[in-house]
Amino acid sequence: MATDVPAVKLIGWYGSPYVHRAEVALRLKGVPYEFIRDDPINKSELLLQHNPIHKKVPVLLHGDRTICESLVILEYVDETFDGPPLLPVDPYERAMARFWAHFIDQKFARPFWMSFWMCEDDEHKEAFVKEAKGNLAILEEQLKGRRFFGGDAVGFLDVAACGLAHWLGVIEEVSGVTLVNGDEFPAFCKWAKAYVNDDTVKQSLPDRDELLAFFSGNKEIYMALARATLHK
Amino acid sequence: MWASPMVIRVEWALRLKGVEYEYVDEDLANKSADLLRYNPVTKKVPVLVHDGKPIAESTIIVEYIDEAWNGGYPIMAADPYERAQARFWARYAEDKVRALYAIFSTTSEAQRKAAHEAQQCLKTLETALEGKKFFGGDAVGYVDIIVGWYAHWLPVVEEVCGVSVVTDEELPLLKAWFGRLLAVDVLKAALPDRDRLLAANKARREQVLSA
Repeated sequence: MATDVPAVKLIGWYGSPYVHRAEVALRLKGVPYEFIRDDPINKSELLLQHNPIHKKVPVLLHGDRTICESLVILEYVDETFDGPPLLPVDPYERAMARFWAHFIDQKFARPFWMSFWMCEDDEHKEAFVKEAKGNLAILEEQLKGRRFFGGDAVGFLDVAACGLAHWLGVIEEVSGVTLVNGDEFPAFCKWAKAYVNDDTVKQSLPDRDELLAFFSGNKEIYMALARATLHK
Repeated sequence: MWASPMVIRVEWALRLKGVEYEYVDEDLANKSADLLRYNPVTKKVPVLVHDGKPIAESTIIVEYIDEAWNGGYPIMAADPYERAQARFWARYAEDKVRALYAIFSTTSEAQRKAAHEAQQCLKTLETALEGKKFFGGDAVGYVDIIVGWYAHWLPVVEEVCGVSVVTDEELPLLKAWFGRLLAVDVLKAALPDRDRLLAANKARREQVLSA
């Protein structure tokens, strides 16, 4: 083994879809790494030292380099290590992948979250559900005729959308709100199944039952947060 | 839209690359059918249409321009770690932009708080300038293009709102960078007229306060 190959370490919290994004990227590229499990309630000195600005995971340590922000890590891993490309080669396709990842993290996230955690009798809930479903329809359209967003294999956008594949079902179960169904979103449902069953992806998916327990335990907090942030 | 900093980012990238382009001004109160067709998802400007294919989101458009015209002026560094740092700071600036807008929409104590918060965010951003002429190093790079609008817009906001945010005492590196950025001819040429921007922002500030 080469002695000057810098070590790769990933600081993460168990169950985080953002951490999963980074792990899958490393695994897809076949990069050996050490996973350093951090505790969100009791953040380590290591995390605070390497991500003083956001104090969040994932944080990638590559030799003496520190890279924060999951999508930034994805692109760094793609550009630094050999292996199948995560982002498409064509500049326009790359821009589209980045655009949809941005959409998922920005415009998509809030109505989704609010749809799940707002009280049943809250008058705003219906509007959020409508918006969330509208956003899902947009993604459904992107998947037409494709197994993955990336085409035949898992790529950047599939990894960016991982929360919708594995975490979504858990959140629907805990909240009692079902947004995704096979009739309205057939391509999306097929994609989610294909993603979580991919051999490489599977290795870094958190256990579903553990996620269920985690989200169930925090349900009241999420509902309180949803009420509190309604007018933000 | 002539007064949009997000649009300026794209114009700067195109001009640095020497790409000829047609500028189509939008009235955001009355969006064109073209805009809605090219960007149905967010319906916002800027949208770049290249060979009939639309790209939205200014930070993404700038990277696209760098990659599509990759023989020209290098916007992104070649090294993956420098690129990662540039993307990190671009995201940071996007996340914190609300702090800048808050100065514009508040008064008195709330505005003092907003100005202070904005200053704190800018101080963090400023650390990326240490020892360098530009965020990109010796020459304008990705982060300069993404946050460069501060150099032209922030002094206008400060004047309109009667606040001081970017001062020599609090943000010396950023203030000095403002001067260097605005001295780059290719960037200066694309900026909206300051008096026009001032008048438009004064009017908007009055609107915001009377709402």
